[in-house]
Amino acid sequence: MGINKDYLGRTFPVTDPYEVSRIKIAEFAGAIGDPNPVYRDRAAAQAAGYPDVIAPPTFPVVIAMAASGQAVADPGLGLNYAMVVHGEQRFEYSRPLHAGDVVTAQSTISGIREVGSITMLTTETVIRTAEGEHVCTGFSTLVERGEA
Amino acid sequence: MTSPVSYADVVPGTELPAVTYPVTRLSLVKYCGASGDFNVIHWNERVARSVGLPDVIAHGMFTMAQAGRYVTDWAGDAGALVEFGVRFSAPVVVPDDDVGAAIEVSGTVEEKLDGNRVVLGLTARSGEAKVLTRSRAVVRLP
Repeated sequence: MGINKDYLGRTFPVTDPYEVSRIKIAEFAGAIGDPNPVYRDRAAAQAAGYPDVIAPPTFPVVIAMAASGQAVADPGLGLNYAMVVHGEQRFEYSRPLHAGDVVTAQSTISGIREVGSITMLTTETVIRTAEGEHVCTGFSTLVERGEA
Repeated sequence: MTSPVSYADVVPGTELPAVTYPVTRLSLVKYCGASGDFNVIHWNERVARSVGLPDVIAHGMFTMAQAGRYVTDWAGDAGALVEFGVRFSAPVVVPDDDVGAAIEVSGTVEEKLDGNRVVLGLTARSGEAKVLTRSRAVVRLP
C-alpha cells in the first residue's frame, strides 16, 4: 500500500485551544532533565524579561502533535505508523511560549517524497495565540521504512 | 546556566565545549508522560525488537531537547532561539540497566548574521553513533 500523494498541500482543521500552564511546563522541563529556573520560577522568568515561566524550545511539539496527528492518522493518507520513525524536526520561533498562552495549531502536509522503499512525509504546523499572533511553526519529517 | 553571551564577543569558527547528558529508561517513561508520545518502542523492548530495533530507543524529541538545552545554556537565555532544526541520523539505544545511555552534544559557531543573530552547527553522539547531523540553531543575542 503506497502513500496517497493527493494529500500533498492538504490543510487540516485548527485544533481546540490549548492553555499553556506552569505545571505542564515544569513537568516537561523535569522530563528532559533541564534545571533552568525560567521553566519553573515565575520571578526568574520575569527577571529574564518574560511575562511568566517560559517553555523549553521543544515544548511546542506537545501542542503540534494534536494537529499533525490528524494528518498522520488520516486513513486516506495510507501511512503505516508502525514503520514510522522521526527523520527531521525544525522550528521557527517568533517568541517562546509562556504560561498563560492560549494557542491553537494547524497542520498542512507540505511534502511527500518517495525514495526507493522509503516514504518521507513533511508536515508544517503553525501555532498561534487565540488573538492570531504567530508563536512558532514546526516542520516535522516522518520516515516510513519500507517492508523488508 | 552559563553567563549570557553577547553578540559582539562571538567569534565564528569557535568550537564550543561538548556536554554529555544522561538518558535512562526512567527518562523515557517521564518523557512519554510529559510529551504525550507513548509510542511503544520507547518503553517496551519486546515490541522494539519485534520491529527490528536493537532495544528500546529514546524519543528523537528527547535528544533534540538535550541539544536545545545545550544551546540555551550557552546563550544564557532560554528564549533566544529564532530557529532550531535537527536531523535524526541514528537512534539513541537505551539499555535496561542502572546507567542507561549518554548523549554528547557539541557545537560550533558557524556564522554571525544581521539582527544580532548567530548560527550554531550542532552534532550529537551516543556511543559510536552520530545521532544528530546537519543540525543547527539560530539564536538572537544581546
